[in-house]
Amino acid sequence: MTARTLFKNARLLDPATALDQKGDLLVADRKIAAVGTRAAADAPGAAVIECHGHCLAPGLVDMRVELREPGREHEETMESGAAAAAAGGITTMVALPNTEPAIDDVALVEFVARRSREVGVHIRTYAAATRGFKGREITEIGLLSAAGAVAFTDANTAIADAVVLRRAFSYARTFDALIVQHPEEPSLAAGGHMTEGETATRLGLSGITPAAEVMMVERDLRLVEITGARYHVAHVSTGAAIEAIRAAKARGLPVTCDTAPPYFALNETAVGEYRTFAKLSPPLRSEADRRAVVAGLRDGTIDAIASDHSPHPQDSKRLPFASAEAGIIGLETLLPLTLELVHNGHLTLLQALRALSQRPAEILRLPAGRLAEGTPADLVLFDLDRPGRIDVASFRSKSKNSPFDGRPVQGRVLKTMVEGRFVFGGDN
Amino acid sequence: MTGTADSRAFPHRHLLGIEGLSPDDITLLLDKSEGYVEQNRQADKKRSLLRGRTIINVFFENSTRTRTSFEVAGKRLGGDVINMSVAGSSIKKGETLIDTAMTLNAMHPDVLVVRHHESGAVHLLAQKVNCAVVNAGDGSHEHPTQALLDALTIRRRKGGLQGLVVAICGDILHSRVARSNIHLLNTMGARARVVAPRTLLPAEIERMGVEVFHDMATGLKGVDIVMMLRLQTERMHGSFVPSIREYFHFFGLDARKLAAAKRDALIMHPGPMNRGVEIDSEVADDIDRSLIQHQVEMGVAVRMACLEVLTREPGNGPPVK
Repeated sequence: MTARTLFKNARLLDPATALDQKGDLLVADRKIAAVGTRAAADAPGAAVIECHGHCLAPGLVDMRVELREPGREHEETMESGAAAAAAGGITTMVALPNTEPAIDDVALVEFVARRSREVGVHIRTYAAATRGFKGREITEIGLLSAAGAVAFTDANTAIADAVVLRRAFSYARTFDALIVQHPEEPSLAAGGHMTEGETATRLGLSGITPAAEVMMVERDLRLVEITGARYHVAHVSTGAAIEAIRAAKARGLPVTCDTAPPYFALNETAVGEYRTFAKLSPPLRSEADRRAVVAGLRDGTIDAIASDHSPHPQDSKRLPFASAEAGIIGLETLLPLTLELVHNGHLTLLQALRALSQRPAEILRLPAGRLAEGTPADLVLFDLDRPGRIDVASFRSKSKNSPFDGRPVQGRVLKTMVEGRFVFGGDN
Repeated sequence: MTGTADSRAFPHRHLLGIEGLSPDDITLLLDKSEGYVEQNRQADKKRSLLRGRTIINVFFENSTRTRTSFEVAGKRLGGDVINMSVAGSSIKKGETLIDTAMTLNAMHPDVLVVRHHESGAVHLLAQKVNCAVVNAGDGSHEHPTQALLDALTIRRRKGGLQGLVVAICGDILHSRVARSNIHLLNTMGARARVVAPRTLLPAEIERMGVEVFHDMATGLKGVDIVMMLRLQTERMHGSFVPSIREYFHFFGLDARKLAAAKRDALIMHPGPMNRGVEIDSEVADDIDRSLIQHQVEMGVAVRMACLEVLTREPGNGPPVK
């Protein structure tokens, strides 16, 4: 491997500086050494990658990924997840702590860090906010932060008890730690399997009212107000919750949020006749909510787009709808589905990339998401326009639970580089 | 005569729900059922139409009435009917629904009659087998033969369904009978109403094409048919309604509430009834107005018609989906 790589004739894109121009980028010693039209002059002897005008951007930072290691390695491992991420242009994944055992202990955070060094793509991890996700006792937020946990969350379980969350917020603030909430009032959503409304009524499935999301967000925002803690709402899916977050941001509260592609690419009708691949948590919502998610991305209320990658084997999806597991895989569809919003004119390319790399890196304070000289050379080179169809059979993920198989998309990852080393597309 | 003389084809491979059936499909089934009503009243009820055919009743949820009705229907047509009891079977040992479907499929049945406690489970099973599948009730989704037998009962008393006003009363939220009846009544040009406390109505039920009422006095006003639904015991005590006493007071059918309906309005109930909960014995047993026993009788005839159309020889009709 040569120490220096020169990307020539790329469309350089850096949302942090609003850079969008033709030029070259030089990688040396695993870092970005030079960006711009003069980079080529500094690169005698570098391996040259001719980019033909394709997009060169910071590698994607996927802030919500379920890897099944440790505990359920038949569904996904760090290796298979990393291979899928690399193919999807993702250079940093942030793993949810809902493994078996749960990541609620310093030793497990260190385990993830060690495994991350073996697989080629950066893997960082959340730690549980409460022990065993039980919502009663807070975890060792200080020690876990020091060990490298990037933030604290009970994954797909909401911290329901207001006193516990208030204390988690107060305590987290001591260490300037971020709490990430699954926004769903659990008693209101209990027993529900898809969003409440005509489709659920026709199918005879018990519904989850969209109000369960905004109720949790609004309550949490009151606790943010009295504690001053940093708060992030995961996978927002309803217009009402987005509006509450928009208003809170306007009041200056330290709140951020993300969404995932199914919430802007699909609506509740994807459930059709009991398609379990369209069962998610939070559930797919109405068309009005889907449009509100697009609007929230457009005006920046929604900071980030995460894959919400949730691998499940066939046997936990080929069940009656109510018994099937919720969640879909997303590492290899994150970029093409987000680019739909660009091709349809809802987002500019820089806005899309900001939500995919710059903002998640900022929220989690990761050294990523920029095309700045001296930062790690985590890069994605992609063809913005190449048409194709999503082909789940070709995915590197161990699980194939995606509702997007066969969907026509535009945009393809050509090469992915992590710290100066190609992890995808490096052979040509 | 029996329905076999009728050459109209039923263009579906399975009977999974009323939704998606055309008025012609429903009329065909009801017409064929009429013949079986007469046959079932004869001393010799047995025919050989299904001789050599195997019908398996697969009930994942307990049922005596529906399972017996299907069993009688299959036997009267000369078929071999096997009841598969799921309690104590491999389902309890963790076998999935699809594994069970594959196992049954390997025995080459001609019809599977399936009841399951989860909505959509019968659709899932139907995708995995080569034979016809009849939905005998899935979760809160559909119970098509119940809606067909209700329609046959009404048609025989009122001469048709077009233009009738039918009030479906009670636990609409959990009721597959209500959903199948709403689809059928809408398809056949009747007007469906639902009458229930708001806790027993699913969201946006009006978008299924029903008028929604929350009190019996206005909900029953001017109706031709009052269909009462069963309220499950576990829902009577505080979870959906506060008490049996309060529910019966406001939503139980008695002579006083029935007075709002047309003078010749008829009363139906899919059974089994909770007397004194959703219906008063005085009206349930009124032989001039209660059709409850007729419904049971029509059930066998309707199920015979369904088994007949789903077991037609290949080539007798167009390729079915």
